[in-house]
Amino acid sequence: MLSIKNLHARVEGREILKGLDLEVKAGEVHAIMGPNGSGKSTLVHILAGRDGYEVTAGSVTYLGMDLLSMPPEERARAGVFLAFQYPVEIPGVNNVYLLKAAYNAIRKQRGEPQMDAMDFLTVVKAKMQFMGIDPSFLNRAVNEGFSGGEKKRNEILQMLVLEPRLALLDETDSGLDIDALKIVAQGINKLRSPEHAMVMVTHYQRLLDYVQPDVVHVLADGRIIKSGDKQLALELERRGYDWVLAEAAA
Amino acid sequence: MNAVAEALRPYTEGFAALTSAHADKAPWLINLRRDAFAHFTAQGFPGEREEDWKYTSLRPLEKRRFVSTQSIPEQIQPALLEPVLLCEQPAYKLIFINGRYAPALSDAVDGVSGLRITELSTSLKHDARSLQPWLTPETIWKRDSFTALNTAFLQDGVLIECDADVHLELPLQLIFVSHQQPQPGACYPRILLKLGARSQATVIETYYGLVGSANFTASVTQVLLDDSASLEHMHIHRESPGDFHVSRVAIDLQRASSYTSHTFNLGGLWIRTDLQARLQAPQARTVFNGLYTVNGRQHVDNHTCIEHLSPETRSDELYHGIIGGHAHAVFNGKVIVAKHAVKTDAAQSNNNLLLSRGAEIDTKPELEIYADDVQCSHGATIGQLDKQALFYLRSRGIDEQSARDMLMEAFAYRLIERIAAPELRAYAARQVNQVLPGMTAVMEQS
Repeated sequence: MLSIKNLHARVEGREILKGLDLEVKAGEVHAIMGPNGSGKSTLVHILAGRDGYEVTAGSVTYLGMDLLSMPPEERARAGVFLAFQYPVEIPGVNNVYLLKAAYNAIRKQRGEPQMDAMDFLTVVKAKMQFMGIDPSFLNRAVNEGFSGGEKKRNEILQMLVLEPRLALLDETDSGLDIDALKIVAQGINKLRSPEHAMVMVTHYQRLLDYVQPDVVHVLADGRIIKSGDKQLALELERRGYDWVLAEAAA
Repeated sequence: MNAVAEALRPYTEGFAALTSAHADKAPWLINLRRDAFAHFTAQGFPGEREEDWKYTSLRPLEKRRFVSTQSIPEQIQPALLEPVLLCEQPAYKLIFINGRYAPALSDAVDGVSGLRITELSTSLKHDARSLQPWLTPETIWKRDSFTALNTAFLQDGVLIECDADVHLELPLQLIFVSHQQPQPGACYPRILLKLGARSQATVIETYYGLVGSANFTASVTQVLLDDSASLEHMHIHRESPGDFHVSRVAIDLQRASSYTSHTFNLGGLWIRTDLQARLQAPQARTVFNGLYTVNGRQHVDNHTCIEHLSPETRSDELYHGIIGGHAHAVFNGKVIVAKHAVKTDAAQSNNNLLLSRGAEIDTKPELEIYADDVQCSHGATIGQLDKQALFYLRSRGIDEQSARDMLMEAFAYRLIERIAAPELRAYAARQVNQVLPGMTAVMEQS
């Protein structure tokens, strides 16, 4: 589904990604871990199409398409979704308005008819309940005045409504208490299926207790230096990153 | 003839024609006009050296020759007014064309107990004395050329008086239509509004330019609110791309009275509005809300002044501006807290979105605080559409143009949501939506 080959990228002239390779197949959940500043967030931002990054070499192929040549909205319509680490507050744009516009933009792309407001509300409300989100939230402005946990839950709600083929989760677990973490994990697990794939960036093993990854990668200094199964995450939790870095340097 | 006299010539000629018609009977009115006009010619138009006109040049106005409209204008098709007509709820409407009352298009408002509405052309002819307290120099701004001009040329307008304890169920909509004439003309409407104690009313003052109009309106609105009276006052500016307008609005508030304005500057070529509230007695409060959207070569200048003249008075002001093309907007918000006006609470905020490199905004808060124990805040921002928010929306599948529109609408909507009545909110949204979509369509990509 997603094939990243030898990706090099810079931010403000500084090289952050230095030849990154990653293969993600439909149905798989990948966790990307690594020390601060290793390029984890840069990677998912580049995949989602944020500007300010200069790709100097390499390629990203998604469902046979050259992902890097597409504007962010086309990637979204093709099924790529980024759950933001810091979801943006947008005063004056209400949640249901944004959700419906996003949902219909994606349906339009797929050649499906637009869903009317009533049917759409039914779909959203069921998913909100699943995510433990109060119905009053629908008419509030996007992320405005939300707590950190509410913002993260909102990201996962959007993901469940839009049903992306490839979900990129950028430190979705950070800043969550254990109850919120369980709900968010439950949301992520709901989307798991043979058709959907996920790439989760995380600092901690904690989330992986609830969302079991198929593959765990260590990203350091702009490259993936080690990959393994979920045991690798447990080992990183126990021993830290130094041994992996040392192993890679050897 | 020097340049100043040359710029004033159309007005001098117009005034000569007006006085030679000998329409006025009351000697005080004849003298008042003469005084006011002498005042105007002595001062001329304000210059750029005057602080209040620093960012707004009067050259475009001076260069044009506006004929002071004398004739009663032709009728227009009522359907032409639909875009600006309040249709979200029943309302009384009074229509003026080029400053003159158009009875055939207006509603006869009678049978509302405690409410009197008189068009000024009638009053001036038959009962000028009733207008004297409104027009005599004590109650007008003597130092202001445009008010003097309006007083000298006063022909029409409306006097609205509400007795004590009257709750007007329906809004009153005053529509001032700028209609194309063989020669661009000047008109001078006067709106006089008095609410008795504990009365409540909603008034919508709409200025609307029909296709091709290129006129000059110098309007003066005076509002008197008695104890505990409450007025919701909308000002909608949807003049044509050739129209000029100088608008003066002065509000006097007595004890525990409340005045809320919603100003929407959505059109015109060159618009200057001055909104001045005087909080004369304790617990008086005022809210000034404003939205200006300008594009092309438009110029819009909003000057507001709130005078806290008594203890425990409150004011709250929010203006948003969207400026595109090579347009120029000016916002000046003055707040004065008099020495004895303790426990004043005044908040002011002005936020601007610049859509293009050629767009210009001059914004200035002006606080003059002479009392202790007051709460005053102010802030001004100038920015572009939030790039983070744009990316967030695009990452959800919304195309760039729609994302920009969405953010701009949201910015404008901050003002619409400050309107309490849902019908008026819908009306304001309709006005804004008729103008906004054109804004991003022509904007430069940054």
